[in-house]
Amino acid sequence: MYNKKLNLVLLGLALVAPFVLYPVFLMKVLCFALFACAFNLLLGFAGLLSFGHAVFLGTGAYVTGYVMTTYGLTPELGILAGVAMSALVGLVYGKLAVRREGIYFAMVTLALAQLAFFFYLQTPFTGGEDGLQGIPRGNLFGLIDLTDNMTMYYFVLAVFIGGFLTIYRTIHSPFGQVMKAIRENEPRAISLGYKVNQYKLMAFVISATLAGLAGSTKALVFQLASLTDVHWFMSGEVVLMTLLGGMGTIWGPVLGAASIISMQNLLASGPLANYIHVVMGVVFVICVLAFRKGLVGELQKVLRKNSG
Amino acid sequence: MNQDLILETRGLVKEFKGFTAVDDVNLKVERGTIHALIGPNGAGKTTVFNLLTKFLTPTRGQLLFNGQDITRKDSASIAHMGIVRSFQISAVFPHLTVLENVRVALQQKRKDTFAFWRSEKILDELNDRALALLDSVGLREFSHALAVDLPYGRKRSLEIATTLALDPELLLLDEPTQGMGHEDISVVADLIKEVGKNRTILMVEHNLNVVADLSDTITVLQRGAILTEGNYETVSADPRVREAYMGVEEDPLEGEGGEGNAPVVEASV
Ligand SMILES: Nc1ncnc2c1ncn2[C@@H]1O[C@H](COP(=O)(O)OP(=O)(O)OP(=O)(O)O)[C@@H](O)[C@H]1O
Ligand SMILES: [Mg+2]
Repeated sequence: MYNKKLNLVLLGLALVAPFVLYPVFLMKVLCFALFACAFNLLLGFAGLLSFGHAVFLGTGAYVTGYVMTTYGLTPELGILAGVAMSALVGLVYGKLAVRREGIYFAMVTLALAQLAFFFYLQTPFTGGEDGLQGIPRGNLFGLIDLTDNMTMYYFVLAVFIGGFLTIYRTIHSPFGQVMKAIRENEPRAISLGYKVNQYKLMAFVISATLAGLAGSTKALVFQLASLTDVHWFMSGEVVLMTLLGGMGTIWGPVLGAASIISMQNLLASGPLANYIHVVMGVVFVICVLAFRKGLVGELQKVLRKNSG
Repeated sequence: MNQDLILETRGLVKEFKGFTAVDDVNLKVERGTIHALIGPNGAGKTTVFNLLTKFLTPTRGQLLFNGQDITRKDSASIAHMGIVRSFQISAVFPHLTVLENVRVALQQKRKDTFAFWRSEKILDELNDRALALLDSVGLREFSHALAVDLPYGRKRSLEIATTLALDPELLLLDEPTQGMGHEDISVVADLIKEVGKNRTILMVEHNLNVVADLSDTITVLQRGAILTEGNYETVSADPRVREAYMGVEEDPLEGEGGEGNAPVVEASV
């Protein structure tokens, strides 16, 4: 009940937001929120810490950017291509990574992500250091021109909601139950007959696919796909967003992404512009020390205390 | 070959970097019995369980379940075949509810465990069975609590309910009463007795009252090897067993225990 009301309020806010705030800023928040939600599906619900999630964001962005520029596809097809490629990379990387546990899993994902980074740096189609610029947004379904930022915003909002609902459903599905069981106690899940690696791989692929969706959409928003998207900074940033907002909560990554993006925007134009990474680092440390469950996690704790 | 053997190990050996934790163990578990595996700390009991369920790979030897060689199967497949274990340290899913804990086990036999697009509401079909299982271990009223919030004894009961949800042919219980108070012990012991009526149980247990009360056969393990085997009378009369346990002449296997304290052979070092 309470949750339904909250969701409606949030939806209402999202619908009027571009009349108050810059649409491009809001679209950036939505893209990163989706990215962080996809990452959180893996970390917060399957218990797997990937240190290379930028690969999937970047793959989505590059592939969508390339097919849009080269073949002049409609945006939905361009996104589909980017998402499909991210899913494929997710499948291959996932297969290699899920056999390892704990810190080794994180190391394998990081190493594979570096491999992809150098691939994207060297291969001609990505435009090297310049990246892919001037990616056309095209006409959605051949009908709706997305050039206007307002129109684009509602499209991005729809993509975000679609991705978010997919994640929500995955968490609250029969598969989600098994995923949580594995997170809670892997040996026990094995002893109950679950071939845990298959479930981990599934979670990994879903997460990679949705991270790809975020990347593809982002490439259309900024009409740009660049090395920033596949850099390990980006892999770190999504960890930061998720932890700040609250891993393992539904809304945490959204709030985390919104906070970080807002902060970056504020800092970028101020006197601290050169120290963004330092400020981020300090925020991270404070967050880890002061509220370990993240913003949403701590909020839930307070609410639970007041209600019981 | 004996058709009544549900489980057999042949020449089972596990070495850890030159240290032999399990040394040429030939274990025979008869169908329909409660079989206890006892021995001092570090004797290798848990290691045997880990080998039987392939959480560890045997260095040498063979594992047979219902006459079939399972030495090369993986842990999950062994569970599918009907051997389900519990763990020495309580193994629940802490941040799932008590009901969900049991349901995860019931769910395993379904075909939709990968269905990420369906609502978890379809699992409500399993609630009646899950609640019946919780009833049998006296946890029905806690079904909506998080497992992590249960007191220790109840966690162990939950673990047994979860294990039973798979309806295993052979249950491996690693110290089901460890760390429990007197009342919890008798609850769990009764439960094991009840469960053992229509399946086979192999259990590691330190509480010798429980062992004496429940087991048909006892295997005593010492430094990885089988010291002796037999029913309670035979085993408790064996002077080597007393020595292995205490290194003294007093009788550790005399199940007396004043003031409700069962003789617990533990930390004898
Ligand atoms: N993974 C491992 N690596 C190295 N040594 C191990 C490993 N597992 C167990 N051991 C050693 O093997 C021996 C047997 O251990 P095990 O846990 O099987 O004993 P146990 O009979 O279950 O004892 P307890 O009654 O204390 O539970 C111990 O000396 C232990 O230190
Ligand atoms: Mg043990």
